[in-house]
Parts: sequence; C-alpha cells; structure tokens
Amino acid sequence: MPATKSQPPPAAAIATSYLNAETTIRSWLLTTDHKRIGVLFLAATSAALALGGVFALLVRLELLTPDRTFMDAMTYNRFFTLHGVIMVWLFMIPAIPAAFGNFLLPLMLGARDVAFPRLNLASFYFYVAGAVVVLGGAIAGGADTGWTFYPPYSSQTPTALVPVLLGVFILGISSTITGINFIVTTHTMRTRGLHWFRMPLFVWAIYATSIILVLATPVLGMTLLLVAVDHAFGLGIFDPAIGGDPILFQHIFWFYSHPAVYIMVLPAMGVITEVVQAFSRKEIFSYHAIVIASLGIAFIGFLTWGHHMFTSGMSMFDAAAFGSLSMFVAVFSAIKVFTWVATLYRGSIVLDAPMLYFFGFLFLFSIGGMTGVALASTSLDVHWHDTYFVVAHFHFIMVGGTMMAFLAALHYWFPKMFGRLYPRMWSVVAAFLVFSGFVITFSPQFWLGNAGMPRRYFSYPPEFQALHVISTVGSWAIAAGLVLTLAYLVGSLRWGKPAGANPWGVASFEWDTPSPPPQHNYEEAPVVTGGPHQYWREGGGS
Amino acid sequence: MKTDALQAHYEDLGKQTHAARLGMWIFVGSEALLFSALFTLYAAYRVAYPGTFGEAAGHTDLLLGSIMTFVLITSSYAVVAGLDAARRGRTGRVAPLLAAAMALGLAFLVLKGVEYTIHFRDGIFPGRFYRFEAFPTDGARIFFTLYYFMTGLHALHVAGGLVLLGALAWLARQGRFDAVYHTPLELGGLYWHFVDVIWIFLWPLFYLLR
Amino acid sequence: MSGKRLTARSYFVAWASLVLLSASTLLLSFAPLGGFHAGAAVLIAGIKAGIIVLVFMHLAEQSNVQRLALIFALLLLAILVTFTAADVATRHVTARPPVVGDR
Repeated sequence: MPATKSQPPPAAAIATSYLNAETTIRSWLLTTDHKRIGVLFLAATSAALALGGVFALLVRLELLTPDRTFMDAMTYNRFFTLHGVIMVWLFMIPAIPAAFGNFLLPLMLGARDVAFPRLNLASFYFYVAGAVVVLGGAIAGGADTGWTFYPPYSSQTPTALVPVLLGVFILGISSTITGINFIVTTHTMRTRGLHWFRMPLFVWAIYATSIILVLATPVLGMTLLLVAVDHAFGLGIFDPAIGGDPILFQHIFWFYSHPAVYIMVLPAMGVITEVVQAFSRKEIFSYHAIVIASLGIAFIGFLTWGHHMFTSGMSMFDAAAFGSLSMFVAVFSAIKVFTWVATLYRGSIVLDAPMLYFFGFLFLFSIGGMTGVALASTSLDVHWHDTYFVVAHFHFIMVGGTMMAFLAALHYWFPKMFGRLYPRMWSVVAAFLVFSGFVITFSPQFWLGNAGMPRRYFSYPPEFQALHVISTVGSWAIAAGLVLTLAYLVGSLRWGKPAGANPWGVASFEWDTPSPPPQHNYEEAPVVTGGPHQYWREGGGS
Repeated sequence: MKTDALQAHYEDLGKQTHAARLGMWIFVGSEALLFSALFTLYAAYRVAYPGTFGEAAGHTDLLLGSIMTFVLITSSYAVVAGLDAARRGRTGRVAPLLAAAMALGLAFLVLKGVEYTIHFRDGIFPGRFYRFEAFPTDGARIFFTLYYFMTGLHALHVAGGLVLLGALAWLARQGRFDAVYHTPLELGGLYWHFVDVIWIFLWPLFYLLR
Repeated sequence: MSGKRLTARSYFVAWASLVLLSASTLLLSFAPLGGFHAGAAVLIAGIKAGIIVLVFMHLAEQSNVQRLALIFALLLLAILVTFTAADVATRHVTARPPVVGDR
C-alpha cells in the first residue's frame, strides 16, 4: 500500500477546540468538560476491552485441547471469572453511555454541559478506583466463582474474592452517578424548542438506560456487599447449613443482572438507530416505535430475571411467570429490528465502516435475540442451561450486538470527537475481520452447547475438540481486527485528514458544531424548530 | 440576599435548583432500592419461617424500639421546621433546630448501641456467631442476622446523616441560607427524612410482628 | 411546581399524625389479628411513609417528575419482593431440610 504523506493541516484550520483549549495534564485530570470526560472514559473502557479480551484469548487457548493445555483448572477458573467481571463491569456497562453518552448528550440537547459536571468527573474517578480495586484483586489471584459469585461456593472460596466484589461495588457507584446525571440533564437542559419527541433517538436510548442504571445498580451493590460480608466474616445468610437459602442470592443478583444486559444493549441500539439514519440518508421509519420500544425494554427488563434460574430449585409458579414475561421483551426488540430494516427501504445506503457494523449488528443481534427467546422456554432451558448454548447466545448479543455498536459509534463519531478522518480501506478490512472472526468463534458454540458441552469447564470429551479449535481460531481473527482498529485510529489522531464539521453529511445537531467542538459547545443556545434528522438541509460531502 | 452562584451551563437559577432537587430525589430512589434487596430477603425468609420469625421478634426490646421510632420522627420534624424557618426568612432558628435534630439522631444511635449490647449479653450475634440459648433454631439465627444487617446499615446511614446535618448547621450559623436560597438544606433534609422512612418500616418488621 | 404550599401548621399536624399512627400500630400489635398482623403493620407504615414523603419531603408541592421517579422505584421494590417471596411460598419441596424447633 502506498505510504500516506503526512501533511500537517494548515495553521488556520487548527482552531481552538475542547482538545487544545488547555493542554496541561491537570486540565485533563480535573476537567469538568463532558467531552473530555467522555474521551477519558473512551480510553479507559477501551483498555478494559483489551484486557478482558486478553483473558478471553487465554481461555480459548486453553480450550484447544480436551485436557490441560498450558494452565491448571484453578487458573482457568480465575481467568474466565476475570474475563466476565472486566468485560461486564469495566467495558460493557460503562462504554457506550459513559464515553459516547457523555460526549454527545449535551451536544445533542443543545446544552453547554451535563447537569452536574463535577459529579461527572467524580463518576470517572469512581470508575478508576473500582477498576484499580478489581485489578488489585486480580493480581492477588482473583476470584474463581465466575462473574456471578453464587453462594455457597462464593462464601467458601479461598481466592481473593473481597477486592473483586468491592471493586465492582465502587464501579456501581460510578454507574449510578452517571445515570442520575443523564436523567437530570435530559429533563432540564434541553435547548429551546427541543421537545421530548424532537430529541435524537440516541438520547432516548441513553435516558432509558439511565433509568435502569439508577434503579438496578443499588440492588447489585447490596447483593455483593452481602456476599463480601459472608465471605469475610462467615455470616451465612445464604448458607443452607444454618438455615439460609442460596436461591435468594440468585433472585437479588439477577434482579440487577438481567436489567444490566439492557444497560448494555439499549445504548448500542441507540447508536444503531443513529447510524442507520445517517447512512441511509433517511429518517427512522417510526420515531415513536423506537421510543416506545426503548422504554418498554427498560421496564419489562425488570420483570424477567428468573429466567436465569429455571434449574436452580425455584418454584414452578415463578418459572412460569418469568418465562412468559421474558418472551414479552423480545417483542420490543423485534419492533426495533423491523423499524431499522424498514428505514433501509428506499434509503440511499452508504457502506462506510459504521454502516458495515450496523449490518453486522442487525444479523448477529437478531440471532442472539431469537436464541434468547428459545432459552426463555423453561423446557428447552433445562437442556441448555449452563451449556455453551447460553454462552453463544449472550456473546451474540454482547459482542455481536453491543461491541459491534461500540465500534460503529467509534467509527461514526471519531471525526467529530477528534477532528480527523481514518483510512476507509483499513476500517473495512477490520470490520470484516471482526465480523467473520465473531461468526467463526461463536457459531460452533451453539452446536457445542446443544451437544452437551458445559460452560466454565476446563476439560471436555475429545469429540468436542474440533468445534473448540474452530472457535479458538475465530477468536484470533477478532483480536486481529480489534488491534488493527486500534492501530489506524490512534494513527489517525496524528496523521488523519482533517474531518471538517460534517464529513458524513448528516443532518443532526451534533454535526452542526466544528470538529472537534469548542470547549463550551455553543456560543448561543441553538433553537430547534423541527425533528432531529431533516435531510432536506444541506450537508457536507463525505 | 444570598444566592447560589449560577453555574455557566444553566439558563437560570430556577432550572438549576429544579435540577438539584430532581437529582436528589433520584438518589433517594436509588437508596430505596439499595435497602430493597434486604427487605426482599426478610420477606422471603419470613415466608420460609413464619412462626419462628414472629417468635424471634418477641426477643427484641419493644420499648426501646418504640422510643427510637418516636425520636426519629421528632428529629425529622425538627429538620423540616428548620427548612421552614429558612423559607420564611427566620434564619436565626435554623441552626438550633438542626442541632435539636442532631441531638435526637444521636440519641437514636445511643439507644441502638444499648440494644445491641443487651443482645450481645444474651449471646445474640449475627450469622455463625449466634449462640442464643433460649432460641437456638436456624430461623431465629436468620432473623437476627437480618436484624443486625438491616438495623446496622440503617444506623450507618443515620451516622452519615448526622455528619450532613452538622455541616448544614454550621453553614446556617455562617448565615449562608435565607428565604431565597436554601437548597442544600432542602436536599439534606430529603436524605434525613428518607432515613426516617426506612426506620418506619424496620420497626414493625423487627419489633411489632410478634 | 404544582400542589399547595405547606405551612408550619401542616408540619405539626403531620408530626402529630405520625406519633398517633405509631401508637396505633403499637397497640394493634397486641390485638389478636392473626395472619393480618403483617398486612396491617406494613399498611400503617406505608401511610406514615406517605405522610413523610408528601409533607416533610414536600412532594405535595412539587412536580410530577419526582413523583414518577418515586412511584417507579416503589413499583420495582414491590416486584422484587413479591416474586422472590412467591418463589419461597410456592415451592412444594423445601429447599433445605427442616430443623427441629423451626416452624
């Protein structure tokens, strides 16, 4: 490939933006600018993605052979636990909301900042503190209970469980603060003329997510605190030997952890909604359908937690209730999928990287979602529970869904955040690597699970080896795609062509500002007179 | 006339105050969910051990518990009276009223400490340390474990509230509140009343349902 | 802002009601209500909490958004408690062996 000549942009183009308004380290570490905080979260959560990914690669390497490949069983248990904990709480939960939500919400609302900028900075430091404590626990040997920390084992495990639990508790404080901030911002900081039903749908997605964040996270905090006290002092609140009931732990744990997956997927869906409109040059097929579906998912998501417990010993009455309620939530997700597809119809589709990730999301999330409905049937779940079928299902949603959306968001808003373009060819190559790597990694896991391969098992019968090897090879392709993405994005920070205010020609608010935006977003508060995506306005070329 | 500094990203002070109030309410809602996990455990274990829980509740000190309820209710009254005084411009009364609320809150904690000491003397400890001979069953052990956890967590919240009230009283003495500006007083009050509400539910669950 | 403005008198009446309601729950706990004890106690506690929320916390004066936040939080609490307790109540096989002295 020909070497790109790096030309420094002409002096007049280096305007003052939020990036260079102040350049001391102190101005970054003590910033209350939502855009800088968003960038800090982006860097931190990307690092977490990398770390969680390393644990995933190691786990998959171990699974290349039926017996021990290069680590012992205890280490294996620690690694998949850390993979889960890091991915769930250091990446999936915060990434899109805290990085992109922070950066975009005020811009999309025509505001100068979020409602509580200092609290915003505090949320970042709680994230860092929580991450440090979790990683300290990892270095001290980490937990081996799985990211779900079920008692009675979690009360008895000899591993360094308490720092991991405390770290997650602290991360929960960060999430709750973020949620409060976003809800209050959406209620009180919309610019003149920006009625609720004129807001970009990404804002609705973040708003619905924030409701879950503030109400579900405290329950997790208490649950983890109970386990930590149990582990440290032997309280035995869930110990059957002294009258406790371990299933009660599962109830209060999953009461958070099921809505948590909607914390992970709702912002992703918000990104997808923005991307499909931008790259079809068309407004969403039905704005209200997306709003209702977003709020519906947030609400119904709180009613379905027992579907993680069908085989736990829970009563059949509860199982029936949870199973039926779990089917309902799929209705709202399906409404969204159909709305996105209908948006494509008669659109003017442009296959840039964000749109490639959109198609990846559409396909993979749909499969993930449908397998979720299958798992919600109690009778089927009895066969699939705790097998690779479940592992495949949630990775289709979380990686095929949320991570693809994260990459879409990154490729869509990178020019706005940093004022630079990235090389199109490499972004397309990376997208194909990530997508095909994903399919190769996780499709075999449906077969593995259905054939009986249990999850979290260090060794397995030899007849499963072929599928495991295929799956591991796929994981290398995902890693390659992500490393490539990191390389060209970081390189583009320095050598990318200047992006201009609106390189995609999108008619929504955040593209009205320069790229990167100035420190205080808008000199005067803009006034809104129409909906978020009016494509009869003139936009720049791509 | 005192006012809150209008922060640069707000249109006007009214919006800023509304935002602060909304934020505090959402925080109170999230704290309610924090306790809800514990109330859930109580409810589920009560269903599992209906007779035992009732009997165990008979071993808590009803008199002390009832006095504590009265003390907290009255301290909430003192806090809201302080806020009312500020709203009506009678700023001199704010600090004394907050001090009265703090004294009552402190009395609550002292009584709690007395109660715990009585329980320890009987051998009622949480979890695997439980050795109450008059009632050695599992259900009673679970009851008292929950009792310690829930009332203990509540007491921690009361202690935090005392610090908060102390800070507000000091600010009031500095003359920082008046009829126009008293937002921190309002928000601090919300927290204190919330802590009172939690006790209003803890009292019947652990003392009255015998 | 919606709702009426609360006065010093409102606060006093609220405090007095709280004390009276507490006294009545206390007295009721001695009455032979059988299975209705729990329901009565929680109901009265709910009324007391309502008084504190509406009067002491000024929700009666404030806008709908705060009320919605509170109602939604309470709804979720109810869902969590109900489904979990229902699980224990509707299991036909006990999750743990019964212990002598436990009823």
